[in-house]
Amino acid sequence: MNKIISKEYFSANVVKFTVDAPLIAKARRAGHFVIVRVGEKGERIPLTIADADISKGTITLVVQRMGVSSTKLCALEAGDYITDLVGPLGKATHIENFGTVVCACGGVGTAPMMPIVAALKKAGNKVITVIAARTKDLVILEEQMRENSDEVIVMTDDGSYGNKGLVTNGVEAVIQREKVDLCVTIGPAIMMKFVSLLTKKYDIPTVASLNTIMVDGTGMCGACRVTIGGKTKFVCVDGPEFDAHQVDFDEMLMRLGGYKDQEKEEMERKILHTK
Amino acid sequence: MNTRDEQWRVDLRAKIKAKDRTNLTRVQMPELDAEYRSHIRNEEVNLGLTPAQAMAEAQRCLDCVNPTCMEGCPVSIKIPDFIKFIETGEFLEAAKVLKMTSALPAVCGRVCPQERQCEEKCIHVKMKKESVAIGHLERFAADFERESGQISVPATAPANGIKIAVVGSGPAGLAFAGDMAKLGYEVVVFEALHEIGGVLKYGIPEFRLPNKIVDVEIDNLKAMGVTFINNCIIGKTIAIQELEENGYKGIFVASGAGLPRFMNIKGENLVGVMSSNEYLTRVNLMDAANPESDTPVYKGKKVAVIGGGNTAMDSVRTARRLGAEKAIIVYRRSEEEMPARLEEVKHAKEEGIEFLTLHNPIEYIGNETGRVTQMVLQLMELGEPDASGRRSPVEIPGKTRIVDVDEVIVSVGVSPNPLIKQSVPELETTKWGTLVVNQDTMQSVSLPIIFAGGDIVRGGATVILAMGDGRRAAKAMDEWIKNKS
Repeated sequence: MNKIISKEYFSANVVKFTVDAPLIAKARRAGHFVIVRVGEKGERIPLTIADADISKGTITLVVQRMGVSSTKLCALEAGDYITDLVGPLGKATHIENFGTVVCACGGVGTAPMMPIVAALKKAGNKVITVIAARTKDLVILEEQMRENSDEVIVMTDDGSYGNKGLVTNGVEAVIQREKVDLCVTIGPAIMMKFVSLLTKKYDIPTVASLNTIMVDGTGMCGACRVTIGGKTKFVCVDGPEFDAHQVDFDEMLMRLGGYKDQEKEEMERKILHTK
Repeated sequence: MNTRDEQWRVDLRAKIKAKDRTNLTRVQMPELDAEYRSHIRNEEVNLGLTPAQAMAEAQRCLDCVNPTCMEGCPVSIKIPDFIKFIETGEFLEAAKVLKMTSALPAVCGRVCPQERQCEEKCIHVKMKKESVAIGHLERFAADFERESGQISVPATAPANGIKIAVVGSGPAGLAFAGDMAKLGYEVVVFEALHEIGGVLKYGIPEFRLPNKIVDVEIDNLKAMGVTFINNCIIGKTIAIQELEENGYKGIFVASGAGLPRFMNIKGENLVGVMSSNEYLTRVNLMDAANPESDTPVYKGKKVAVIGGGNTAMDSVRTARRLGAEKAIIVYRRSEEEMPARLEEVKHAKEEGIEFLTLHNPIEYIGNETGRVTQMVLQLMELGEPDASGRRSPVEIPGKTRIVDVDEVIVSVGVSPNPLIKQSVPELETTKWGTLVVNQDTMQSVSLPIIFAGGDIVRGGATVILAMGDGRRAAKAMDEWIKNKS
C-alpha cells in the first residue's frame, strides 16, 4: 500500500500523482518504470516514473485516463492508497554526452521524458525537446522542459499553440537546421514509429521507450514481447528502451490492440454504465 | 530405538499377514465428475480420502525393514512411520511425522510426481502390483490436521537475533524460511508479486491446489515469526548489497524460473499466442476469468497448448474450464515421454482434452488483425534416446498438417529469472543463467553470503525438489553462520 501525497490535473484526462515510495525513489534512474495495481480485483499496469524526490521519499507518476485501470487510478485522491506499487523495473536510460540530442515526446509520453531530458542536460548534452499534443490544453510539463532543455519546440495538431503540425515536423526542422547526434522518443507507438522512420532516413541513432501490455513486469510472463532486429525481446527486462530503428512497430501496434474488444466491454460495463 | 521396533508397530504388523496386505486393492481417489468439473474453474478435482479409505489404504503398506519408498523422496519423509499412524487412526501423529521433514505436506500430497518418486520405489511395484497410494495418504494426513483446527505450529529455538533474507516466496523460499525460523533466526521473505506463494499461487490452478491450502502454510510460517514483504524485488527495489549493509547475515535466493521459453518460430508473436506463465498468471493470480477482475484473458474456443509437462496440463485444463470446445495438447514426443504427472494426464483425458502427440508446431498463421487462426504442425517420430534418456523426436520429412486454433499457449519450459544476476554481475552463473552453487550446501561458489535453490538453480524442476533445496540450504547456512562467529 502506497499513499498518494498529492494529485494535480494537467488536463481533464491527465493526472499527476506524487506517491510515497521511499525505496523506489532511492533506487530509480531515468527510464525506469513501476507496476501499479488499484483494488483487489485490479489489473497490473506499467507506468514510467516521471520524477522522484529522495529526501521526501516520493515518486511522480503521470497517468492518462483511458481504460478501466487508468480510470480507477485517476479517481484516487491525495490521502488515498495505491493497493500495490512495485519497482523500479526495466533498464535505466543510457546517459552520456552524445552531443546534440533531440527528445521527441507526445501526449502523456512527455512525463517519462522529463527525467531523461534532465539527465541528458546534466551530462553536458545540447538538448532540444519537441513536445507534441493534439491541442493546447494537452501540452504538459512545458515549463519544466524549458528549465532542463536548451530549446523547446511545441507542436499541436490543430495549431492552437506553438507550431501547427506533428512531432515529426518539429524534429525534421531541427535535423535540417543542425547536426543531431541522438534522438530519444516516447509517446504513442504510432508516433514513435513515424519518428523512427524519419530519423532512419537521416541516419540518426534513435532510442524509443516502449510501453507494451505487461502482467508481472519482471520477465515472468512474456506479454510484453516485441521483435527487435528480428529477435524476440521482453520490454520489461530487456527494455523498455530499444534502438528504435530495430523495433517492429507494426507488430507492437498489433499486439497492443490484442485486448481491445475486452477493454471496450469492460469500460462500458464497469465505468460508463455506473455513471 | 527405531520407531519401527516399537511394540505397537510390531503388533500392528502382526495383525494382518503381509500376503493379505499385498492382496488388498489400491484405493481410488474420489474425484469430481469429469463433465461437471470441465466447466467449473475453482473446484478441486480430487476430493480427498475419507478416514475409512485412508485407514484401509494404510493397511496395504508392509512397513518394510528397508523402506525403499523413502529413497525415492527428495526430502526423505519417514513414509512408513506416518502411514502406520494412519492405519491406527492417529492422524494428527501422522501429520507430525510429515512435518518433521516436509514444510508443505498438503501441497506435496497434491503436486508431487509420486509415481516417479516414492511410489515408484514401493515394494508392491516390484511385486507387479500397484504401489501404496503414498501421495493420497500424505494429502489425507495434512488435510486432516488442517481441518481439525489443531494444526501444530513447529517449536522454534530461542531467537538468536540474526537476520536472514529470502528472495522469493515459492516452495524453496517457504521451506527454507520454515527451517531457519525453527533454528531461531529472524527471517524476512521478500516477494516481487503482490501475493505470497510464488508458483503455488500464480502457476498451479485452484482445481489442483486451492489457494487456501497455501495460505494456511503461509500463516503457519507467520506464526513461527517469519515476516513477509510483498511488492519488493531484490536486485531492483533493494540491492543485494543493501541487504548486507542492513545487517542481513545470509541471503537465500529462490527467485524461480523467470523467463518463459518460446520456440522462435514464425507467427509466435501473433495476438492469441502466449506463454503458459502469462495465461496461468492472468487466470490464477489476477483472477481474470472472473468478470469482476480488471485483467482480461482470452477465452479461446479452439485452444492448443504446446508441451507435455504439468504446466501444459494445467493450461489446457484451464482453457477447457474457460469454455474451449477443443482443447488440445501438442507434444513432440509420445505420451510415454511426457513429463507430466500421470494423474494430470488421466484427469485431462477424462475432461475431454485431445492429445496430438508426435506433433510439433513450426508456424502460426494469423488473420488481418494479427490474431492467430491456424497452426502448422510437423509430424514427428521417435529416434534414439537423447541426453535426457528419452527417445528424441525426429521430423518425418514432408509430413505436416494444419489445424485451426484461436488461442495458443506455449508451455515448453522456462529460463531462470535474470534480475538477480543483473543486479549482482559477479555472481557466477551457467550458460543457461542458473546460479552456480555447491550441490550439497546450495552455497554460491562466488559470493558466500548467497545460497540459492529451486528453479533459479535447477532451471525448471518440481515443488518437492525446490523444497529439498530450501531445507539443505537452511542446514548449510546455519552451519556456515555458526562457524563464522
